[in-house]
Amino acid sequence: MSPLILLRRIGFYGLLAAILFYTVFPFYWAVVSSLKSGSAIFRVEFLPSAPTLENYRALFAEQSFARNIANSLIVASLATAISLALAVTAAYALGRIRFRGRSAVLFAILSISMFPQIAVLSGLFELIRYFGLYNSLTGLVFSNLILTLPFTVWVLTAFVRELPRELEDSALMDGASSFKILIEIFLPLMAPALAATGLLAFILAWNEFLFALTFTLSNEQRTVPVAIALITGASAYELPWGRVMAASVIVTVPLIALVLILQRHIVSGLVAGAVKG
Amino acid sequence: MTARLSIAQQRARSAWAYLAPLLIALLFVAAWPLLRTIAFSFTDANLSDLTSWKFVGFANYVYLFQDPLWWRSVGNTLLFTLVSVALETLLGLIIALTINAHMPGRGLVRAAMLIPWAIPTVVSAKMWAWMLHDLYGVVNVLFMSIGLIGRPWAWLADPGLSMAAVVMVDVWKATPFMALLTLAALQTLSQDIYEAARVDGLGPVRSFFHITLPLIRPALLIAVIFRSLDALRIFDVIYVLTGNNENTATMSVYARQQLVDFQDVGFGSTAATCLFVIVAIITVIVITLGRVHVSASGGDR
Repeated sequence: MSPLILLRRIGFYGLLAAILFYTVFPFYWAVVSSLKSGSAIFRVEFLPSAPTLENYRALFAEQSFARNIANSLIVASLATAISLALAVTAAYALGRIRFRGRSAVLFAILSISMFPQIAVLSGLFELIRYFGLYNSLTGLVFSNLILTLPFTVWVLTAFVRELPRELEDSALMDGASSFKILIEIFLPLMAPALAATGLLAFILAWNEFLFALTFTLSNEQRTVPVAIALITGASAYELPWGRVMAASVIVTVPLIALVLILQRHIVSGLVAGAVKG
Repeated sequence: MTARLSIAQQRARSAWAYLAPLLIALLFVAAWPLLRTIAFSFTDANLSDLTSWKFVGFANYVYLFQDPLWWRSVGNTLLFTLVSVALETLLGLIIALTINAHMPGRGLVRAAMLIPWAIPTVVSAKMWAWMLHDLYGVVNVLFMSIGLIGRPWAWLADPGLSMAAVVMVDVWKATPFMALLTLAALQTLSQDIYEAARVDGLGPVRSFFHITLPLIRPALLIAVIFRSLDALRIFDVIYVLTGNNENTATMSVYARQQLVDFQDVGFGSTAATCLFVIVAIITVIVITLGRVHVSASGGDR
């Protein structure tokens, strides 16, 4: 190997190592910090000398973190399920049927996905109060739809449009109704796309902060992001950082696991959602 | 032929039936709340009782445009958007080019890159808040040990540093997204062009600027636009890291503070409406300029 090539190799792997360090270190540091308790957290040690699960215990024993996780799971799952259910038929119509007004509907959906959340905040607040949903999980499911619906419809429409035309032609000739075609031909083919889109929508709702912060009042109704943002210590000036990091690790590990398992689908889903958007 | 036409008509009618549930849902969660927010912006509504309010005309708008804190938040938003999106694009490009090289270990890096993306924004903000802690943060310790800074910096409290800190956190979180989109664009390029370029004696730097960049520019542009629209409405990173501090408060932070903390729904809605109008104008310009893309996805190919 010539010295020049060797030098380029070293440069390349140096860059690779720098990228890896940059992306992974903050998470690694959160894990390490979550395992330190008492005054150990204030010492910078890259491997904890006396690792302990005390922070994790305190999180569940001294505050309603289990409840917050359950809330997040319920809200994100329901918002995702409702969005997928509505998006399947809508994506079929937008992707496979030619009709007047289709571009207008697509335009509206794209515009809604660009809405700043704050722009609907006071209107949603009024609506949620009117229906008596303030400080309830139902209210959060409802408000999350503004994030998950446009996204799922957009990505699924892009997917459905790519399916070959012959699929429905023969069925149409046989006089099958379009609903039958949708259920029997398209739905099974959409399964992988539904899984990937569903996961991304779930992450959107799981991470949602502004609505959850504004539309809940008591800790029992809070979702995980709000609970983490509002963890406080004995006084306002000493935040229990170990506990905050433990909470961060707990909510992040399942997401990272899911994302790594499904990474191929996610990348293609992101590309469909953004590049075609 | 007539039978065929009626099938088409039938299908067109069924399309609206398929869309109806979605459109009704969007009416409730998006269209109506938006209209109400705009309506509230002309009133003196208060959060404690949204049912009784007076129409005040453009008074809120006049007051808003005279508030230096509002203009400060507009400036903060623009600065944040410009700097963070520029850095994310540049870093994303570098990372994508690195991963695109056919070397062992690229799968690992691609997986690692998904970590910042998968971490909830609030969590990443908290993780960084801890790393940037002025007394015990690992960033200060590391920077001091390599002699980059002489004494600990108060990253989040110092008015001269807090915006940089907020940008840093957003860059960490959003760069993977840019890198993945750039990588997707890079992977559509055929190797033949590069072979030809090599035969013609074009070096790697020149072939990047003359071949790669022009070819991926459309995809890059779309990614930049998406990130910019996202950055303009940024709320959670900034709220969690620096609260309502005027040095970093963006338009969304300003509007929420008026609306919720000060209970002034009328005035807060005015600020929110202004942000909406800004984002809407940019969106319309982008969609009109990129007409190709909407019709490419809306029509058949």
